Amino acid sequence: MREDFELNMSRRGLLAAGAASAAACAAPSVAGAQQSRPDATTTKVSLNVNGETRALDLDTRTTLLDALRESLHLTGTKKGCDHGQCGACTVIVEGRRINSCLTLAVMHEGDKITTVEGLGTPQNLHPMQAAFIKHDGFQCGYCTPGQICSAVAVLDEIKAGIPSHVSADLNATMELTTDELRERMSGNICRCGAYSNIVEAITEVAGRKA
Amino acid sequence: MKSFTYERARSPGEAASASARVQGAKFIAGGTNLLDLMKLQIETPAHLIDVNDLGLDTIEPLPNGGLRVGALVRNTDLAADARVRRDYGVLSRALLAGASGQLRNKATTAGNLLQRTRCPYFYDTNQPCNKRQPGSGCSAIGGINRQHAIVGSSDACIATHPSDMAVALRALDAEVETVSADGKTRTIPMADFHKLPGDTPHVETALAPNELITGVTLPPPVGGTQIYRKVRDRASYAFALVSVAAIVQRDGSGRVAVGGVAHKPWRMDAADAALPRGAKAVTAQLFADAKPTQQNAFKLPLAERTLAAALAKAKG
Repeated sequence: MREDFELNMSRRGLLAAGAASAAACAAPSVAGAQQSRPDATTTKVSLNVNGETRALDLDTRTTLLDALRESLHLTGTKKGCDHGQCGACTVIVEGRRINSCLTLAVMHEGDKITTVEGLGTPQNLHPMQAAFIKHDGFQCGYCTPGQICSAVAVLDEIKAGIPSHVSADLNATMELTTDELRERMSGNICRCGAYSNIVEAITEVAGRKA
Repeated sequence: MKSFTYERARSPGEAASASARVQGAKFIAGGTNLLDLMKLQIETPAHLIDVNDLGLDTIEPLPNGGLRVGALVRNTDLAADARVRRDYGVLSRALLAGASGQLRNKATTAGNLLQRTRCPYFYDTNQPCNKRQPGSGCSAIGGINRQHAIVGSSDACIATHPSDMAVALRALDAEVETVSADGKTRTIPMADFHKLPGDTPHVETALAPNELITGVTLPPPVGGTQIYRKVRDRASYAFALVSVAAIVQRDGSGRVAVGGVAHKPWRMDAADAALPRGAKAVTAQLFADAKPTQQNAFKLPLAERTLAAALAKAKG
């Protein structure tokens, strides 16, 4: 079934279908999460991905990124460097953006994970997705899912008053300036160099003029 | 990545004793450095003990007016804590100068202290490295070593410690709290926590095998103007060439720790005492025994100028 499903779907279609496609490809479900056996190199883990509970049986080595892409077929999240340097794999876990390549899936039992597929769909775009399209915030598009997940979380971080390296006063209300956005987005590399348009897209979503 | 078994520990004592029980075990918290190194097979643990459920993720006030930072407090949370921002600004600033937002959301206080050097020869398993493979030699000496240590290094290793946070903790006289497999706890001053390379560059900290960091204590606030100035090849998301953590009081006295120059945060009593006489006097003390390479001799004037800039800013 899995093969038929993939053959009949274009790559973009699979992205668009998002969580629904992944549900069809899910690994056999298990009854609840269990502690791994101390001698086992595979383990059961249950993740809440884009609002759906997904039970998986994984090699302990599986990163969250590989679990999302290879096991759940949510290929919106991209593998760039696989070493936490490029940000293409950025997803939002329990409300915080992280590099999904530098964390093990087994360490996320029960965690709520949002990937780019969970933010919006082509028919119902998240405002950040719409702004990236409007402002041409990409060229090749490979870093874009990570940029968008990161950008959504950055606005929440500013709202929560988390300071950055360029915040002039650590104890003042955090401002949403171009300098702040550039600094806070520095963990997302865009080799096409769409940075200025990315900043414009984020700025628009934040309700400001760049 | 080599295959490994995995368990979640439920208490610090259980984690430390599990580590003693299983050969080749390692603790994992944020994992941002350990997993990076495991993918390259520089770290090859047979067993991972996940310490994220130990409840060591709070920042508590101490009776003496200081703070106790749990080992698992994420870098983002430590930097953003209102008490840290107000009373230990140099620590907030150092944390925010390091890594990226994504990494700071995952990286922990203890893990930041234990991160390994970013020496490119340590990372390249095809090259000799005394830190990765004791006795194999140092490729950085005589190699590309612009980023490397200028002081406290040895014939075996010229790597630097990459942490920004540790430089601020050194300036603040923080202490590291640990628990051993036998349940014993102890406190290690930051001054003694990181080791110089000597003949054993693979021994990087004062921690005994299986010893687990449970937290970091900050002494009562010392006030002053607190500055962390980091100089790097990019404006953001790069390791320091040189960084300065400075705490300067109104009378010109204070403390200075320097990062990016040694195998540990670099601070000396004699240099602190020279602070009222300015940056040149301080760096003359700090780097009296410096042995830079041809490629990184620039770090000597850079450290002096970076400190001078920090002191000028402190004066306002």
